[in-house]
Amino acid sequence: MSEKEIKSLEEIFEQRIARDEKIEPKDWMPEKYRKTHIRQISQHAHSEIVGMLPEGNWITRAPSLRRKVALLAKVQDEAGHGLYLYSACETLGISRDELYEQLHTGKAKYSSIFNYPTLTWADIGAIGWLVDGAAIINQVPLCNTSYGPYARAMVRVCKEESFHQRQGYEIMLKLAKGTPEQKAMAQDALNRWWWPSLMMFGPTDAESVHTAQSMKWKLKRKTNDELRQQFIDQTIPQAELIGLTVPDPDLKWNEERKSYDFGPIDWDEFWRVVKGHGPCNKQRLSARVNAWNNGEWVRDAAMAYAEKQQDKKTKKAV
Amino acid sequence: MNKENLIQYIYSIADNSLILGQRMSELCGHGPSLETDIACTNMALDLLGQTRSYYQYVATLLGEGKTEDDVAYLRTEREYKNVLLVEQPNTHFGYVIARQFFYDTFHLLLLEKLQFSTDETLAAIAKKGIKEVSYHKRFSSDWIKRLGDGTAESHQKIQEAITDLWAYTGELFDMLPEDQEAVEAGIGVDVTTLKEKYQEQIKNVLDEATLSVPELQWFQRGGKQGIHSEHMGFLLADLQYMQRTYPNMKW
Repeated sequence: MSEKEIKSLEEIFEQRIARDEKIEPKDWMPEKYRKTHIRQISQHAHSEIVGMLPEGNWITRAPSLRRKVALLAKVQDEAGHGLYLYSACETLGISRDELYEQLHTGKAKYSSIFNYPTLTWADIGAIGWLVDGAAIINQVPLCNTSYGPYARAMVRVCKEESFHQRQGYEIMLKLAKGTPEQKAMAQDALNRWWWPSLMMFGPTDAESVHTAQSMKWKLKRKTNDELRQQFIDQTIPQAELIGLTVPDPDLKWNEERKSYDFGPIDWDEFWRVVKGHGPCNKQRLSARVNAWNNGEWVRDAAMAYAEKQQDKKTKKAV
Repeated sequence: MNKENLIQYIYSIADNSLILGQRMSELCGHGPSLETDIACTNMALDLLGQTRSYYQYVATLLGEGKTEDDVAYLRTEREYKNVLLVEQPNTHFGYVIARQFFYDTFHLLLLEKLQFSTDETLAAIAKKGIKEVSYHKRFSSDWIKRLGDGTAESHQKIQEAITDLWAYTGELFDMLPEDQEAVEAGIGVDVTTLKEKYQEQIKNVLDEATLSVPELQWFQRGGKQGIHSEHMGFLLADLQYMQRTYPNMKW
């Protein structure tokens, strides 16, 4: 294809996106669009799978049968999200095994929030309330993103996430209304998860490298800072309602902006965790690598068995 | 039959679901593939759902404001009546599947009889469970075949698990005095009548999977009397941690 031909294909492609048409796997797309989507969708899928670990840490110790069942179902939903996000990613011409390889070798990233430890039962509430809450704000706009398979996967993901968020908030509510020990547990969890949750929206707009392109392709509708502000404005009243306090001495309602002003985020910590030095980066990755390596003989067996069954069928047919 | 014995009889069924559900839930997030991870969690969810129905019933029998959580979390090790089989650890995926297969096969035969119990609550729980456990049995039997007739390594690994865990299957057919009483009252199932069918079904699947049925001189027993293996205490330490550390709180 000549350069001119590509140029005209690109123009048609950008016009389709501008008209809010969905791009489907068999449609022509610029290489950069494909790569960006592989990166983002796989990062999202990996986050779901790694995200199972901190919460999975409390399944066997959940304090009641009702909570145990709800937590199991929640973590299972995340496996399901991973499954359909990997499938969406595969439509861009990369295999699930390749994607796992990228995760296991550290080439692909996942959400840094999962590199923090879950130390008490209240952390399960805080994750549902804050982490899923932040995820929803990040993800709802993706239900209208330009790449069809991703947009459709996100519709399902968002429905379940908002259920998880309510469930997490309900755990916190119960603790906050409980004994002094329970309330202290809830406050401690909020103290530890608040700042990492704010970091989930990514670097400030001035530092964010992908924003402009992502806006054009509808991978983003609002900037990191806008989304972060939306999260804070939405979450503060929820904290107040259950009598918990956000650990930010600078937090103050700004009447003029009709928004909360908040204190400085520790971006050194953010980059430290992204670069692999969070409290659980090593443990999370090795848990995934171990599960994969320990499962190899099982996957091989399933493959060998399927081949044998196929051979039997073919022989019968002959 | 008197209430205390009825409760003991329910424990001998329900505790299996709790302990196996707890074991399966340990795997969540660590399965050999996403698909098996999701399937194992499904089974854990079914088992814990059954557990809740049984324990809610026990709680009403106990009265005095007792709840399903009192029943699940606040007994001592000797008061749990599950068989030794279900508390065995997730040594590797072969053990997970063999344990499941041995229990599912029994479980389905049990529920198919229990659905005709004169105790309406137990009959209803059993009827609902049959659908779930039929699926469990299909899943575990299919995996027995895949692993048995898969690769040389998988064959060796699943045979190892089958041979090790077989020693815990004899106990499934033991009858305690309260079991006998439940049978006479038309409430319980005479598990001795299930044994022949059980062994036949196990043998059929193992044959198809190119695996051999272990020949054993001695079967381990004790769980039904509350005499467990050393694994049980650790399992309960996890299970009961919150309830023991923060007594009398609502979650």
